[in-house]
This record gives sequence, C-alpha cells and structure tokens, in this order.
Amino acid sequence: MDQTALLIAATLASGTPLALAGLGLLINEKAGVLNLGAEGMMLVAAIAGFAAAFTTGSDTAAFIAGAAAGGLLAAGFGALVIWLNTNQYATGLAVSLFGYGFSAFVGVGYVGQKLSERTPFEVPVLGQIPFIGPALFRHHPMVYIAMGLIAAAVWFLYRSRAGLVLRAVGESPESAHALGYKVRWIRLMAVVAGGALCGVAGAFLSVVYAPLWVEGLVAGRGWIALALTTFATWRPVRVLLGAYLFGGVTMAQFALQGAGVNFSSQLLAMLPYIATIVVLAIISRNPTWIRINMPASLGKPFHPGT
Amino acid sequence: MSTLSKRSLLGWSAAAALIALAGCGKKDEPAPQAAAPAAAPAAAPAAEPLKAAWVYIGPIGDAGWTFAHDQGRKAVEAEFGDKVKTTYVEKVPESADAERVIRDLAAQGNKIIFTTSFGYMEPTLKVAAEFPDVKFEHATGYKLADNMGVYDTRFYQDAYVSGVIAGAMTKTNTLGFVGSFPIPEVLRNINAFTLGAQSVNPDIKTKVVWISTWFDPPKEAEAAQSLINAGADVLLQNTDSSAVLQTAEKNGKFAFGWDADMSAVAPKAHLASNMVFWGPYYKKAVQSVMDGTWKSERTIWGYKEDANGVIKIADAVPEEIKKKVAEIKEGYKDGSFDPFKGPIVDSDGTERLPADTMPDQAWKDKVDFYVKGVDGKIPAGK
Repeated sequence: MDQTALLIAATLASGTPLALAGLGLLINEKAGVLNLGAEGMMLVAAIAGFAAAFTTGSDTAAFIAGAAAGGLLAAGFGALVIWLNTNQYATGLAVSLFGYGFSAFVGVGYVGQKLSERTPFEVPVLGQIPFIGPALFRHHPMVYIAMGLIAAAVWFLYRSRAGLVLRAVGESPESAHALGYKVRWIRLMAVVAGGALCGVAGAFLSVVYAPLWVEGLVAGRGWIALALTTFATWRPVRVLLGAYLFGGVTMAQFALQGAGVNFSSQLLAMLPYIATIVVLAIISRNPTWIRINMPASLGKPFHPGT
Repeated sequence: MSTLSKRSLLGWSAAAALIALAGCGKKDEPAPQAAAPAAAPAAAPAAEPLKAAWVYIGPIGDAGWTFAHDQGRKAVEAEFGDKVKTTYVEKVPESADAERVIRDLAAQGNKIIFTTSFGYMEPTLKVAAEFPDVKFEHATGYKLADNMGVYDTRFYQDAYVSGVIAGAMTKTNTLGFVGSFPIPEVLRNINAFTLGAQSVNPDIKTKVVWISTWFDPPKEAEAAQSLINAGADVLLQNTDSSAVLQTAEKNGKFAFGWDADMSAVAPKAHLASNMVFWGPYYKKAVQSVMDGTWKSERTIWGYKEDANGVIKIADAVPEEIKKKVAEIKEGYKDGSFDPFKGPIVDSDGTERLPADTMPDQAWKDKVDFYVKGVDGKIPAGK
C-alpha cells in the first residue's frame, strides 16, 4: 500500500511540469497560434530559474525568472509569427533549437553546481493521514499551484469575457477583427502568457524536480507537452489528467522494473505519442468533432485587411 | 505591414545574424554542425605539432562521462604543450553523423582520433578503412583494424569497491542500481556491485531500473525515486549525471558519484565517487604516435595503471570497511584480486564460473546475466 501511495505521489510530481507547459500551449493554441518552441522555452527558463535560485536562494525568484525568460522568448516568437507572418511551424522549431543552444551556452558556468537545501514541504494536518497524506499532501507548492492554474484556466476560458474573446480569435480571427478586436495583440498576449507558463514548468524542472542544471535537462518534455495538448483535445482539465497519465506511465514502468516485472521501456516511451496520434485520428474522422474540438484557425497566419 | 518592408527587414536581420556569427569566431570548434569543417584550420602548416582529436557523445558540461574524457585530453595538452594540437567535437550522436564528423577530423589532418562511446564502433571502423595513415582509438568497443585500436577501463573494479561500502552502510539490505542499457559493461558493474556488497553482507538484494539512455537527469531522478520507494537505501548508477545522488540526498539515503567527483553535490548522501582517469592512457597513446611505435591492440587498464579509482570515501564509513577497501585496492594493483573470481552463480542458479577460478577477458566480455542477489530479469535488446 505504501508503494502505491508513493507511486501516486511520484505521478503528481512528474506530471506537474507537463501540465504547466501543456496549459501554456493550450492558451496559445486556443488563440490560434501553434508554438513548437515549447522545448526551447522550457530550457531557457530552466537555466534562468536555476541561475536565479542559485544566486538568491529563493524558489519564488526562480519561478519568476523562469516565467520571464519563457515569456520573453515567446514574445520574440510572437513578433515573428504574428506580425511578420512567418510560418508558425518552422519558426517554432527554430525557437526550440535556439533555446537549446542558448541555454547550454549561458548555463556552462552552472553545471555541477548545487542549490541550497530546501526543507521538504508538507501540508500541516492533511499530510499526516496514512496513505492519502504521502500520496497527495507532501508536495512542493507548485504541484498545487498547477492544479489551481488549471482551474483558473477553465474559469477564464469558459466563464469570462476575456476568455470568450480569446477563443473567438482562435476560431475565426476575421470575425473578431470585423467586430473591432485587436486580433494580433490578443494573440501576442496569449503567446506570452503561454510562454510564461512553459517557463514556470522549465524552472520547476531545474529547481525542484532534478534539481540541477546540465545541457538538455528538459530532455523532450516540451514535445510531450505539445502532444499532450492535442491528446487532451484542447480542454484544460483533460490536460491536467493527461499530464498525470503521461507522467504516471513513466513512474509505473520504473516501479514495475523495481518489482522485477519487465516491460519494454522503449514501448512505454512511445505511448504518449501513439496515444496522441490515435486521438487525432479519431477526432479527424468526423468533421463535426474537429470543429468542436480544434481551434479553427490553428496554425494559420492572420492578415488584417485582407 | 507591406511586403516590401517585411522583406527588407528580414534581409537585414539575416545579414546581421551572419555578421554576428562570423564575428563570434571559433575557439575549439565545439558545434558538430556544418560551420566547423569550412572554418577548420585545414591550412595548418607542415606536420609540426601532432594533431589529435576527440569525439564526444555528450557535452563537456555533463560533469560525468564526457567531462572525464575532456580532463584526459587536457592532460595531454598539459604534458605535450606545443608539440600537440588537440581538437574535440562534442554531442555527436551515435549515427551517420558520427561517421561524417570522424571523417572530417581525419581529413583535417588529425593523426590520432579518439572516439569515446561504444556506439561509434561501426563509424570508426568505416572511416579507419578510408584513412590508413590515421590512427583511430575506440573506447569501450571490441572491433579492431590495422589502424584502429580499442581501449577501456575496469569500471567493475570501482563498482565492487562501492558494493563493499554499500553492503556495510545499508540498513534495509536493499541496494538500487540505475542502469542505462543492458550491455556487458553495465551488467558487469551491477554484478560487481552486488558481489562486493555480498562480501560484507550476504543478505543484500539489488534492484535494477533501466532507463534506456546514458543521460537524462529528470528520468534518472525518477528512476532513483522509484528505487527508493521500493526500499533501496544505497544507490549506484551507470548514467552520466548527478541526479541519482541528489535524489538520494533529498530522501535521506546514500549514493555514489560516477565518472566524476560528485562529493560537493550531496554532502550527506555521498559515500564515495567512482572515478575513471583517461589521462594516463591518452598520454601513452599520443606518445606512441609521436615515437612511431603505435600498434593496434586492445588495452584495458584499471587500478594497476591508475585508470580507475574510488575517491572521497565518506567519514561515516566504518574503519574496518575502509581497511578492507585499501586491501582490495592493493589486490588490484598487484593483480591478485579480481571481483569475478569464482564461484559465480547467476540469478537462475546456474554456475557461471567454478570455485577458485580467475575469469579471463573473454568471460568478462560475455557477461549477459545477473548474479544471484540481483532481482528481476534483464530486458531484451539494447
């Protein structure tokens, strides 16, 4: 039983960076911008967060630094893609590659450094309950903040005016433009917000999860977050659950190995992507389903005045 | 935005980027991209300094495997000064890219090229056939050619010593090992670790988790956490970062450094660091090329030649264990001790080596089993 509780705990921790990055990408994609640069943004934010935590000793500073780094890189991406109308896919890939190299370059001095020790965090009374305590209530605050952010995103997207406008921009930028909304600025805000969330995810990895800095620390989680957003059919709660699923699969595989059961790790590594392809295939079979789920203008550039 | 201004804006940005790139200059050609061959010092004047090159699988910043190789390269520079000119290319994938990089290095006039990962075996062999005047040295492999040699170190000697320490320090009698790929080298290390621990504590069990990569710190941390969740309280890894050690520290357990001195990273968890010193071999190889005495052979060095070592043993380790470790090291140096001296029984109960027999290199090369005391089955395939 103890092992199951620990597995649940590990799943929550492992899924949190995916959930945060997935949420950021969701906001981007709801506005119609496909940001393939998630990996680069997470890396840049990871080194920014690590550097901040190393210099100041504060986790909060690290998350702010990470969000700022992710947001800045996203703003650059946004300027290229929204105003200069460069191809979103190519630009996103370029941002990913840039982020990888830039973070490695800037981070050279931080390799092998360690952060000051942190006291393990525990929710005061609830953390002591047998089973549920270790499973759910002994996590870094960011795990709970991630859940809160998902809830806030649901409210924002589906209950607030601003969220409605955002979704409108994503579904039909021409109509929104005709109504007088500044489509490009709204898209830019969405891109920057998404980049900031990817940044928080990256900082979480380097400051709380690993916690260290080496080149390539993020190791492909940005791509998994991209797959996750599609797998979750662009709904925030599904992003959270999908993140825990993807994170849980890895942890379960390790737990099984430790118990002596062998499951091909390569197969399990493929699972998130196979699941995403399956979901895409299913929703693409029916034009109505696509219209319901995918933002209609995803990936398409917008020219005001055409 | 009108197309004309967008076009000129893009044009100017591209020009600015190119100028910036050219202005950055090249230090030691770290990027394995197209820029390197064109800008390389191909016009180097006559043979004066011997040109030697290294191909790395990871970044020097991994503070582990590649870092150790680079320390060896630096030792060569320190030893030979102006008589040698070294180059390296890092983060070269084990694929067709490797072949291209090795070929580039040979074409640039390097007279000896070290390829530092198992997966470079076929590319090195192929390029060696095309450049008979260049000497190639492949780390941890087993294929030779007239101008290609193989070199390796005895990591299992380190792993056995770590096992002895682990067996003494464990309270749950469960050890954990984070493995990369189930190749003989890694299996030898798991077995040596287990045998070492069993020599001081016959009841221990080792649990193994395979992560199918040499380097992925968050995954290494996850694997370490799952081993700790399963009850392991001393961990060892064959992967290239300090993530396992840091996870152990976070959980109040013990672990070891691997390939590098990781004592500063986790002061409470660190029991010892398993080191590999490539410097002595690299110096010997470069010297032999300079003297014209280089020959193709398979060189395996260990404690005897100062190629391996376990350092920074923690104060918490009891005195009698430290004495035992010192005796084992003496045994390595004079060749009287081998971790795999028989009897060796595998986890299915089959005897793999009879009692009191010393294993030969061929036996060690074919280790494809777990010894008794290691839980689970080896996953199929690499």
